[in-house]
Amino acid sequence: MDQQTRIQADQVSYTYEEAAAPALSKASVTIREGEFVAVLGHNGSGKSTLAKLLNALYVPTEGKILVCGFDTAQDSHVWEIRRRAGMIFQNPDNQIVATIVKEDVAFGLENLGVPTEEMIPRVESALAAVHMSRFADSAPHMLSGGQKQRVAVAGILAMEPSVLIADEATAMLDPSGRREVLDTVRALNRQKGITVVWITHFMEEAAEADRILVISDGQIVSEGTPREVFPHVDRMRELHLDVPRMTALAADLRREGMPIREDVLTVEEMVKEVERLCPLKSAT
Amino acid sequence: MLNNITMGQYYPVDSPVHRLDPRVKLILTIAFIVAVFLVHTIWGYLLIAGFVYAVSRLARLPLKMLIRGLRPLRMILLLTFLLNLFFTAGDTVLLSFWVIRITREALRQAVFYSLRLVFLVLGTSILTLTTSPVALSDALEILLSPLKKIHFPAHELAMMMTIALRFIPTLLDETDKIMKAQMARGADFESGNLISRAKSMIPLLVPLFVSAFRRAGDLAMAMESRCYHGGEGRTRFRVLKLTRQDALACGCMALLIGLIVLEGILLR
Amino acid sequence: MSIEVRHLTHTYGEGSALSTVALNDISFTIQEGEFVGIVGHTGSGKSTLVQHLNGLLKPTSGQVLVDGEDLNGEKVNRRVLRQRIGLVFQYPEYQLFEETVAKDIAFGPKNQGLSTAKIDARVHHAMESVHLDYQKYAEKSPFELSGGQMRRVAIAGVLAMAPKVLILDEPTAGLDPRGRDRILSMLEELRDREHTTILMVSHSMEDMARLATRLLVIAEGKLVADDTPRAVFARPDLLTRIGLDVPEAAKLCAALRGKGYDLPPDLYRMEEVRNALLALWKGADPC
Repeated sequence: MDQQTRIQADQVSYTYEEAAAPALSKASVTIREGEFVAVLGHNGSGKSTLAKLLNALYVPTEGKILVCGFDTAQDSHVWEIRRRAGMIFQNPDNQIVATIVKEDVAFGLENLGVPTEEMIPRVESALAAVHMSRFADSAPHMLSGGQKQRVAVAGILAMEPSVLIADEATAMLDPSGRREVLDTVRALNRQKGITVVWITHFMEEAAEADRILVISDGQIVSEGTPREVFPHVDRMRELHLDVPRMTALAADLRREGMPIREDVLTVEEMVKEVERLCPLKSAT
Repeated sequence: MLNNITMGQYYPVDSPVHRLDPRVKLILTIAFIVAVFLVHTIWGYLLIAGFVYAVSRLARLPLKMLIRGLRPLRMILLLTFLLNLFFTAGDTVLLSFWVIRITREALRQAVFYSLRLVFLVLGTSILTLTTSPVALSDALEILLSPLKKIHFPAHELAMMMTIALRFIPTLLDETDKIMKAQMARGADFESGNLISRAKSMIPLLVPLFVSAFRRAGDLAMAMESRCYHGGEGRTRFRVLKLTRQDALACGCMALLIGLIVLEGILLR
Repeated sequence: MSIEVRHLTHTYGEGSALSTVALNDISFTIQEGEFVGIVGHTGSGKSTLVQHLNGLLKPTSGQVLVDGEDLNGEKVNRRVLRQRIGLVFQYPEYQLFEETVAKDIAFGPKNQGLSTAKIDARVHHAMESVHLDYQKYAEKSPFELSGGQMRRVAIAGVLAMAPKVLILDEPTAGLDPRGRDRILSMLEELRDREHTTILMVSHSMEDMARLATRLLVIAEGKLVADDTPRAVFARPDLLTRIGLDVPEAAKLCAALRGKGYDLPPDLYRMEEVRNALLALWKGADPC
């Protein structure tokens, strides 16, 4: 494992107690420093199981996972792993511990035994990074869903992790809350080089990732950049997943014989393709 | 809406009272309770009332909010007042008709006992309104930590308290939501006798319990993933340091108790 | 069955310093068989509005008339009127409480005082409507099901009361694409087969584009638009201004028109746009 590999899962399987089939079987993943990787799959596909394995909340029944070089199966590494690979969860209400925002952000630092003098600036800068400084003294239940999730991100950020794992962090939010949380995490990825594992069932979020892993029935069935993964429209639909509307439209148009690029993702790209294929008559 | 509970709800403003060390506030509140029990004259109660008023001004607490905290107690207050009024023995009869006899002593006791109750609630409300629950459980944890030697779970207790306080508003909202949802399915929470009313609570209580357990599971996982492993080796975000203000506050409380004792001796 | 809302205003915490006007003078009438989409930003007042429509909240001023009867009138039997209007809350699976799916679905009809035979028939029918096999699921505990299935049980619990109007507050929130598609096609069937009048609150404009025959747009407690989806989506500036999305198809159409392409201004369904683009391409293609 070289310096830049953040997560390496090798033939990992996990079976829940009393379950007949494994929730995850023989999954191998390598995630490198600074990547933004989306894990796309429907409910029950095994994507949340993967998240929990990466955070040493579960230990693989088979195979091995290294997170920042630490083996998740070794008890002595657990805190090192969780400090370096922070995780945010789906329900915004069920992950905030304290009754005041800044105290919640400090929770992880308290657990790590960080001295108080050092904690205060770290909490402040974490809140600033998610644009929540204004709410440092607020009660969490007064915040919107998107704001609560940003507080959760700040709580992880304060621990100065190198990896952030988001386990369907936007599933319970409205569109603007979703946007706000994804933009925040995307900015942390770009500006601070934090590696992100973004687990979701929203294709529009996955479309913004550097790389997508598609999980179905506990297996990684497809992997690549959004442009490589989404044009397989029929395959994605078989897996009960959405594809970007413009990609689906492009596939429809190709079926009708229009020689349009198949990896169109956005409205802007579609406009360019239409301009290429159906140039406006200069007379008009 | 079910959010009319002020007890245990922090009122976040900045004031000298808010800034006091929570340990000091906790001890001073206990001292205040003692002081209230030491009072036996109307002058003493005036002193206490003045003190409560001054502290609530200093703490920038709206009086309305304090008084609202008394509302849940109004039945108990009324009962205390009436029981003492009717069942205290005395000599100087003020009013007498049918079987009811009200004496001067009974009236006095009824007023004093009710006032005592009022001030006890007001005093503790000021503590909870000016001290964030986390600070309060911090204070409890520190004050109780000498008991760790005899395996008293001081940290765990404080953590449980914090979490309970954090989830009260969430669960209240949830109660409201589930209640409405069941009402939309024709549930009736208001009419019927005691047994049918208790039975009608099942559609409310079961979902509430299920949700509380689910939340507890989620929270436990979130805490673990943020490296929570009990109280050992934990540092604190809020350091408690005694300041001159704390000493001053202690002085004020001492003065209050002194005055009460003094007027008790002089005016009794 | 019609619902008429007249000058509805609702103020939370009226008289206190913190009072907020959640709904401000809203009027509209819904006719039988309509599929009405209610859209608005979080906190715009949608959920408050929905709770007025079956009498869970009382208007501060104004009226809600169901078939001409004032829902909050003095002589009205509110429970009977309420039964005609089924309300499915957000995340309705959190209200399940019975030991079995069938018993949970029977809760509503039982409260209506129906006979056992009738209740049974209602439960069967409701489970069929939400695509849950009676043989397979009736005796299961609702808590053993998947999230999407639990939600369908909860919706069946409301359908079992045989409401004339079905109101759903974000029925697809939190579901994955498969769960969402199941709910939406189920609603489509209800509309087409049983002619149930449906009101649906949703953030997803794509879902609205697929289902709604009429859109009510709410912003800051006011009704800012009440029109067909075609007319509403033809005004993307209005939706964007109040923080709402526009279907991708309408976005593409607007962008192409901006470039000078001659497309109809009111396309919002993907099939329409596809056909328009094909026509454009065939027109441009010299062969």
